[in-house]
Amino acid sequence: MKRWLRLGRIVPLLGIMMLGLMGCGNEQISALQPQGKGASAVFDLMILSLAIMVVVLVIVFILFGYVLVKFRERKGDDSIPEQVEGNHLLEVLWTAIPIVLLVVLAVPTVTATFDLSVSEKSAEQSADGAEEDKGPMTINVTAHQYWWEFEYPDQEIVTAQELYLPVDERVNVNLSSADVIHSFWIPTISGKMDTNPGDKLENKMWLHPEKVGTYQGACAELCGDSHALMYFKVKVLEKDDFNAWVKSMKETKYDDAPSQVAQGQKIFESNCLQCHAVGDKGGNVGPSLTGFSDNEKVAGILEHNKDNIKKWINDPQDVKPGNNMPDFDFNEKQLDALADYLLELKTAE
Amino acid sequence: MSNAHAANKSVLWDWLTTVDHKKIGILYLISGGFFFLVGGLEAVLIRIQLMSPEMAFLTGDMYNQVLTMHGTTMIFLAAMPVIFAFMNAVVPLQIGARDVAFPFVNSLGFWLFFFGGVLLNLSWFLGGAPDAGWTAYAPLSTQSSGHGVDFYVLGLQIAGAGTLMGGINFLVTIINMRAPGMTFMRMPLFTWTAFVTSGLILFAFPALTIGFFLLMFDRVFEANFFDANMGGNAVIWEHIFWIFGHPEVYILILPAFGIISEVVATFSKKRLFGYSAMVFATVLIGFLGFMVWAHHMFTVGLGAVANSIFAVATMAIAIPTGVKIFNWVFTMWGGRIKFNTANLFSVGFIPTFVMGGVTGVMLAVAPADYQYHDSYFVVAHFHYVIVGGLVLGLFSGLYYWYPRMFGLMLNEALGKWNFWTFFIGFHLTFFPQHFLGLMGMPRRYFTYPAEFELGSLNMISTVGAGLMSIGTIIFLINIVVTHVKGEKVSGDPWDGRTLEWAIPNPTPHYNFLQTPLVRGLDALWIEKMAGNKKMTPAEPVGDIHMPNNSILPFVMSLGFFIAGFGFIYFNTAGTPALIAVIVGLGIGLACMFLRSWIDDHGHHLHKEDLLKEDKGVDV
Repeated sequence: MKRWLRLGRIVPLLGIMMLGLMGCGNEQISALQPQGKGASAVFDLMILSLAIMVVVLVIVFILFGYVLVKFRERKGDDSIPEQVEGNHLLEVLWTAIPIVLLVVLAVPTVTATFDLSVSEKSAEQSADGAEEDKGPMTINVTAHQYWWEFEYPDQEIVTAQELYLPVDERVNVNLSSADVIHSFWIPTISGKMDTNPGDKLENKMWLHPEKVGTYQGACAELCGDSHALMYFKVKVLEKDDFNAWVKSMKETKYDDAPSQVAQGQKIFESNCLQCHAVGDKGGNVGPSLTGFSDNEKVAGILEHNKDNIKKWINDPQDVKPGNNMPDFDFNEKQLDALADYLLELKTAE
Repeated sequence: MSNAHAANKSVLWDWLTTVDHKKIGILYLISGGFFFLVGGLEAVLIRIQLMSPEMAFLTGDMYNQVLTMHGTTMIFLAAMPVIFAFMNAVVPLQIGARDVAFPFVNSLGFWLFFFGGVLLNLSWFLGGAPDAGWTAYAPLSTQSSGHGVDFYVLGLQIAGAGTLMGGINFLVTIINMRAPGMTFMRMPLFTWTAFVTSGLILFAFPALTIGFFLLMFDRVFEANFFDANMGGNAVIWEHIFWIFGHPEVYILILPAFGIISEVVATFSKKRLFGYSAMVFATVLIGFLGFMVWAHHMFTVGLGAVANSIFAVATMAIAIPTGVKIFNWVFTMWGGRIKFNTANLFSVGFIPTFVMGGVTGVMLAVAPADYQYHDSYFVVAHFHYVIVGGLVLGLFSGLYYWYPRMFGLMLNEALGKWNFWTFFIGFHLTFFPQHFLGLMGMPRRYFTYPAEFELGSLNMISTVGAGLMSIGTIIFLINIVVTHVKGEKVSGDPWDGRTLEWAIPNPTPHYNFLQTPLVRGLDALWIEKMAGNKKMTPAEPVGDIHMPNNSILPFVMSLGFFIAGFGFIYFNTAGTPALIAVIVGLGIGLACMFLRSWIDDHGHHLHKEDLLKEDKGVDV
């Protein structure tokens, strides 16, 4: 009876704990502030498991504390305690109760595991089943040392370092890697999933953001020197804004750069274009720079301004050790021109 | 120690050639302890770098080297050898044996471990340590430049061979060499856990051996086992690694469970509550330990079916573990609990391990693991079970068995300081890391931006690490003080329950003059309760057969060490490396040949000498 009374006290405690946890950390990156369906489902499970575990902890700690105080050695007591062998009833009890608790936990665990996975069938259907013929949008994510490539195959656009998502819509994501194993993680929107090298090991997951905003993504699997610098931004937009962004990404032409940056464009085309794409030109060894100037960060980590662009081009190894960008030895004037040109690479409003 | 044969030779020669399990135990303890300090230093470097946002103390590759070596050193070169130290020092005594089954192999196992560990750590001075994490996931490890990962593969291959030999040795010892009357269900729990741990080593380490060979072939001989571009598969490495790696954590924790069971029972003056349930739980945990490796791989993309199966199987481990926890608490129930340092560490272990255990169940919830995985939540969890479980257990065992191993009693006042600083420092270090992980801090990050609000918890964590360091330093001081003072203790300072306390101090190198007759669980306690001053002997005093010392294990390991160097530089050094391989393997094979060729029957200690020596010993 007494134990149930204690439980009665624990439940409101848990409520407070949950509220407390929800306010924890930076809202861009904390898993405790879910902003997407995947992250919310996981958060509910976390709270359920935490609740069960706190109950277990409280029971053990109470018993443990009682034993330590009650049965400590007292001065002058040399008696030999009764040598108890065991107690079948008690032992069965503390085997059975954990089994019940684990079943309570296991059922929602298995359910959520299937809900969060993308099976062949669900890949064909959107979340609400309304657009069965078309299905949800797909994004192909490719991880590189140390940057992210986002391809929208239906829209035929490619971005790097910034992932644009429409709000309140389920998006299927295919994950792969160009080099080593990375892990794609947007804590506020959904859990993580590894990106494995090789076609056979492509992974699927879905994202379903529920609130407009800018969130933080990261790489969660050790991938080399700059593993800790492999951040990306996630921009969740209203559906209309998202469509407008898609349209301007496709329509903005970069051929006719303003004359004041013509020199930068020339330097860029002869040095950078083999690796970096701008619009429909260029290679895909490095991040696409289409719409580069709309990004919040340079290289995913530095504040987006001219000084940082120059800093990055001047010595990429200093900013992100171990990355694959070569050192070009540009002089100050060339750096200025390049940075000016790059700052012009934005999509039309 | 009274080894008449070694007495003529120098002390150094004696230690290099010894096949005495008690001395090998001390060798394991000293070298494992040394590597513990190295790994601890690396941990402190990590915590200094993460002390506040955007520190520039260790960046990029340097940080990866330090974190890789911290994990690798702690698991393979610190925790395992200290466990082997206790197994060597205690198990033969607990089962009433005169030695382990294969004393020569025991020595070989130690020297392989030692040279493997030295080889791995030499990487620091030879162009850079491994930097792909202790898990060495391919293709990061296969592509890693320099020779760091080669040192990892070869060093651990050699050390791992030693561990495998040790495990087999203890399996045979425990099965074959128990004293009369010591049935399986009368074995002390530490021996039981050593037995199950040895079984796990037998099955887990070959997987690692194969994995290391594949990785070595990929790196040294340009094979493509893990290269997706050439038809290989990187996830295979993860499976192989974790089929070893998951049982490994149980290899580590089970002996700690054994230590706790001994210490808690002794200092509560009670027999272990639910002994047979404890044995069953130990075996069950050992079995389940093999069945759950993929819970390290929930985010790899194995699919919902695999994830569900491994999630539920993992949760199941909580049941036998819970049985253990409650049995410990009820061992203390109704007892007379003495809070000396050994028991403080055991008592501190229980709540700490429960906390680590419940986060383990939380991690088993596969979808939740999509958030926890590779975040600081995981770092917090496994440090709670490995430091809060294993290391507290090892400290407890050390304070408990120090009188047995060295004939000296560690200082109690310093011991209590050691416990409290280490214990508080531990919780201060790792408790905040649960929250850091949930707040979005991935593991193995050398830096984090100020805007993510992770700075203050990281600072607390670093302060805790400082406190743990102070605890460790107090422990070292304690050892020095104890050995300087050098006050001898009797053979049974704790009023012990098991056979290792039935021997006089210092332990004769043949252990038991007469093999004892075991009449039940806690054999010594039974005799004490029956009013006997000594164990009832199972045989009359007679000649004792002992193995001869040998330098071959040392030389053989040295040979493999040289060959290891050759393989490491195989790609870059050309002929010299090839010569090193041939010479090294040649030395190893020559030693094996000599071992087979030379008849070594050991020697006998004669009855008359034994009786002379035994006189005046106070039991």
